[in-house]
Amino acid sequence: MKFDLATLRALIAGDHHADRVVPPSGFTAQLTVFAAAAMAFLAVFALALSLAAGRLADRWGEELARSATIRIVAPMDQRAAQTDAALRILETTKGVAAARALTDAEQQALMAPWFGPELALETLPVPRLIEVIEDTDGMDPAGLRLRLAAEVPGAVLDDHSRWRAPLVQAASRLRLLGLVSIVLIAAAVAAMITLAANAALAANAQVIAVLRLVGATDDYIALAFIRRFTLRALSGAAVGAVLGMVAVLLLPSASENGGFLTGLGFQGAHWLWPFFIPVLAAGVAFVATGSAARRTLRELA
Amino acid sequence: MIELENVAYSYGGGELLSDISLKLAPGSFHFLTGPSGAGKTTLMRLCYGALLPTAGHVRLFGADVRGLNRDDIAVVRRRVGVVHQDVQFLNHLTVTENIGLPLTVSGRHAAAAGGDLDELMSWVGLTNRANAMPPELSGGERQRAALARAVIVSPDVVLADEPTGNVDWEMSQRLLRLLIELNKMGKTVLIATHDLSLIRATKAHVQARVLRIANRRIQLAGADL
Repeated sequence: MKFDLATLRALIAGDHHADRVVPPSGFTAQLTVFAAAAMAFLAVFALALSLAAGRLADRWGEELARSATIRIVAPMDQRAAQTDAALRILETTKGVAAARALTDAEQQALMAPWFGPELALETLPVPRLIEVIEDTDGMDPAGLRLRLAAEVPGAVLDDHSRWRAPLVQAASRLRLLGLVSIVLIAAAVAAMITLAANAALAANAQVIAVLRLVGATDDYIALAFIRRFTLRALSGAAVGAVLGMVAVLLLPSASENGGFLTGLGFQGAHWLWPFFIPVLAAGVAFVATGSAARRTLRELA
Repeated sequence: MIELENVAYSYGGGELLSDISLKLAPGSFHFLTGPSGAGKTTLMRLCYGALLPTAGHVRLFGADVRGLNRDDIAVVRRRVGVVHQDVQFLNHLTVTENIGLPLTVSGRHAAAAGGDLDELMSWVGLTNRANAMPPELSGGERQRAALARAVIVSPDVVLADEPTGNVDWEMSQRLLRLLIELNKMGKTVLIATHDLSLIRATKAHVQARVLRIANRRIQLAGADL
């Protein structure tokens, strides 16, 4: 059976009389609808995971790539002077949009998770931190390191590349994992529908014999089965996808404290993506049933 | 219309039919006789492309079946109405829907046939069984429904394999009358049967050629009938 515009039109438009030639089969019908719904439900989560991981990878990559930190590790009496010197260098460094030394309060807040809010910062040899924000062109970290080494001996530039790469890589892998999950779910749907279609075709060998006797072509017989399984997969997956979207909607909303897990949802136009899952399921059912029907009809010839 | 030329058919290592030549001319009436297992059903199936010969040629309306794919054969079958002894229907459809099935599969719906379908139901005496389901039909009703299904697309040829095998004498005469009527309408009819009384009854109404299969070959019979 070839897939062309006429086949697609016949599939969508349907034919009430042609649909009736295949007897209703309760068990395979329920199995197909249930499996398609369950798989679509899981696919929504896999899609949400993939999209959230993608957002995370982009955000981490973008935010960390645009910022750097300079630590001024110097004796207490020289720290202010070296900080000023570093800031002056940064003012004339190409690619630096803004630079500022963190205040004592900010540094104390950074250390609060480990030392508590009552930490007396002046009693510890804590380095002064300078936050550097790059412009869109970006700066040359190697050149800046050389200048700092020459003029501010206590300055250490950290452009975050050391730990940015593994973070972005981890998020990218997570995104890939989500996509692989969707592919595996589609393959599982194909396998399940192939089994159900084979069972239905085998159970209807007599129907096929009668249809052939009265002049039905293989395409006609195949399309009757394909349409039935495609519509079952479409309706089951639609229900599953909607339930999945509701479940995602009911997840706790994203928050700073929740981190990645609470951001596991759809944002903006990404809410449209789950609507493609039933279409994908229908496409998979169409191909799987078509293949099973072709094989069975050839065997029964 | 249907022509077999030096046809042989083998199955499971044994030859069932050998050197069969047969021509079904338009409007002709044929009987195919022979003992059970002689190959009557096999020959019938060769006549509508359900089986391919292992040797020789089968031509359906001028086309050699070997050159036809399954879809081509399906289209050819719309010109051949077939009635089997063990009639099969789609049990989830009503009698009317089953009779209209050849129209449905060829894209012409039974509803569109309207009056023709009603007339056909009346012709085979099944008007009052139109909405019955196939398992509710008696043997004779099933055969008549099968005959109606076979002729609804107005085929050129009607092949009936032991059409009276499962019905009583009265019903077999009724079916025979229907087949004779079809022949008088210009249809070619081939009936496989081992019921010689059926042949005798027919010959009183139409000119029928009687063919006998014996020892894998076909021969013209008649002198003993």
